[in-house]
Amino acid sequence: MDIAKLKPRHVTLVKGFVFVLCLVPLARLAWLGVQHRLGANPIEYITHSTGWWTLSLVLITLAVTPLRRLTQWHWLLRLRRMLGLFAFFYACLHFTTYIWLDQFFDWQSIVKDIRKRPFVTVGFTAFLLLIPLAATSTNAMVRRLGSARWQRLHRLVYVIPILGVLHFWWLVKKDVTEPLLFSLLLGILFAVRLVYINRKSARRTVAAASSQTV
Amino acid sequence: MLIKRPSDIVPSEITPQRVYEERRQLLKGALALGLGTGLVGSTLLSTPPVHAGVKLAGVRKSPLSTSGEELTPLNDVTTYTNFYEFGTDKKDPSENSGKLRTRPWTVAIEGEVKKAKVMDVEELLKLAPLEERVYRMRCVEGWSMVIPWAGYSLSELIKRLEPTGKAKYIEFISLADPEQMPGVNTPILDWPYLEGLRMDEAMHPLAILCLGLYGETLPNANGAPVKIVIPWKYGFKNGKSIVKIRFVEQQPKTTWQLANPTEYGFYSNVNPAVDHPRWSQAKERRIGEFGKRATLLYNGYGDQVASLYAGMDLRKFF
Repeated sequence: MDIAKLKPRHVTLVKGFVFVLCLVPLARLAWLGVQHRLGANPIEYITHSTGWWTLSLVLITLAVTPLRRLTQWHWLLRLRRMLGLFAFFYACLHFTTYIWLDQFFDWQSIVKDIRKRPFVTVGFTAFLLLIPLAATSTNAMVRRLGSARWQRLHRLVYVIPILGVLHFWWLVKKDVTEPLLFSLLLGILFAVRLVYINRKSARRTVAAASSQTV
Repeated sequence: MLIKRPSDIVPSEITPQRVYEERRQLLKGALALGLGTGLVGSTLLSTPPVHAGVKLAGVRKSPLSTSGEELTPLNDVTTYTNFYEFGTDKKDPSENSGKLRTRPWTVAIEGEVKKAKVMDVEELLKLAPLEERVYRMRCVEGWSMVIPWAGYSLSELIKRLEPTGKAKYIEFISLADPEQMPGVNTPILDWPYLEGLRMDEAMHPLAILCLGLYGETLPNANGAPVKIVIPWKYGFKNGKSIVKIRFVEQQPKTTWQLANPTEYGFYSNVNPAVDHPRWSQAKERRIGEFGKRATLLYNGYGDQVASLYAGMDLRKFF
C-alpha cells in the first residue's frame, strides 16, 4: 500500500485512530484519578498535565504542514483541524481546572492573577486567541470569511505556542528543561517554515527571471 | 540503631488514622457532590504509606507543637517534597533516594565555636531528649502540610558548642554527592545546598534540629538523617541531609538567594503580604484539602517569632 496515497476510507480510519489517541491523556488522568494515583496534590497534577498536552497538541498541529511536505503524505492535512481542536479541548480543560479546581471561582483572585502575574497573563491571552480559531474551524466559517481572511486570522496559530512556552517558562521555579525543550521544538517548526518560504520566493524569482529572458 | 527502648508514643497515637480517613471520606463526598463526579474527589486519597523507618525511642510530646491541625499523612509528606538533589519533580525524592547512605553519618561543626568537632549522627540523637514537634510547613510554591517532626530545639546543640562572640550567623551545608544523589549531576542549583539563619533565629525554641518524622527516623526523601526545620519560614529554609554546620560572622549566602536574588531572600519568612515576584503568597493549598486557605504571617507563629524582626522592613528583608 502506498502511504502517500491513502484511500479516503483509510484516511477516515487513521482519523478515528488519532481521535482516540488524543483522548488518551484525558483517559489517563481519569484512570490515575480512580486509582488515587494523582499524588498528594491532584489539582496541581491535573493543571500541569492538561497544560502540557495543550502545548504539545499545538506543536503537533504545527508539525502537520512540514511533515506533509517532507513525506508528501497530503492526507495528513485532513488531521490538522482535529488536532487543533483537541489542543483547544485541552486548553479548555486546563482553564477550567484553574478557574474551578484551583481558584474555585474566586473571581477577584482570578482577575488579580491575570492582571498581575505575567505567566497567567500570557497563558490567558493564549487561551483567548485559541477561541476565534476554534470558532472558525468549520467549513462553513471558512466559506463565510473567505479563504484569504480565514488564513490571515489563523496565522494566530504562530503566536499561541510562543505565549504557551512563555507561560510554561515563567511558572517553573528553576528547572527549565521542559520549557526549553518545547522552545527548541517550536524553533524547529518555525525554522522549517522559513526554509520553505525562502525556497518558494527563490523559485518565484527564478521563474520571473526566466520568463523575462524568453 | 543504638536506641532500642520502646517508644512511649505509638505511631497510631500520633497519627489518628480514623481522623483522616473520616476527613477524606467527607472531602470525597463533598467533592463528588461539587463536581458531579467522584473522579477528582477520589484522587485526594493516596496510596498507603510505603516507608520503612526505624522507630525512635522516647519521643516526647512538646508544648511547642502546633495543636488543632490535622496531620498530613506520612505518604504525602514523603512522596510530595522538594529535594532537588534527587530531581526536581516532587515525587523524585521518594523514587531516587534509595541509594542515600545515612549511616555512618557525621556532621562537621566549624567556624566561630569553641567546640569545633565532627559529630556522629548517633551522638546527635542522644544529645537532648527527642520531642515530637507538630509544625505547619508552608512551601514557597503555595502549598502546605502539617508535619509531626521529631527532634529538639537547635539551641540545645548550639549552646553545647559554645559559639564565640563573632558567631552572628549559622550556616547549614547539605550533602552533595553525585554517587548517592542523581540530581546533583545537573547544575539546576549550585551544589551543595546552603542555608542559613541569624543566630537569634537559630536560638529560637521553635527552630529545631530534626532527626525524625512520625515517630521514626527521617525518610531519605525528607532529608535523612538530619535536617533543620524552621516552621515560620518557607520550606526551602529547612536544609536537608546536613553534613556541616558553620558559625560565621557575615550573613551567609543561601542557595536560592544565589539562584535568584530577586525572588528569594535570606529571611524568607512566610508572609502573605509579600508576594513572590511571579505569584501571590496570600493563599495556600493545604495538601489533602480542596479549597485554598489564607496564608498567615510567619506561618501562624507570629506570637512567638515576630519580635525577632521588630523594626525590620519585611518587604526589604524578604
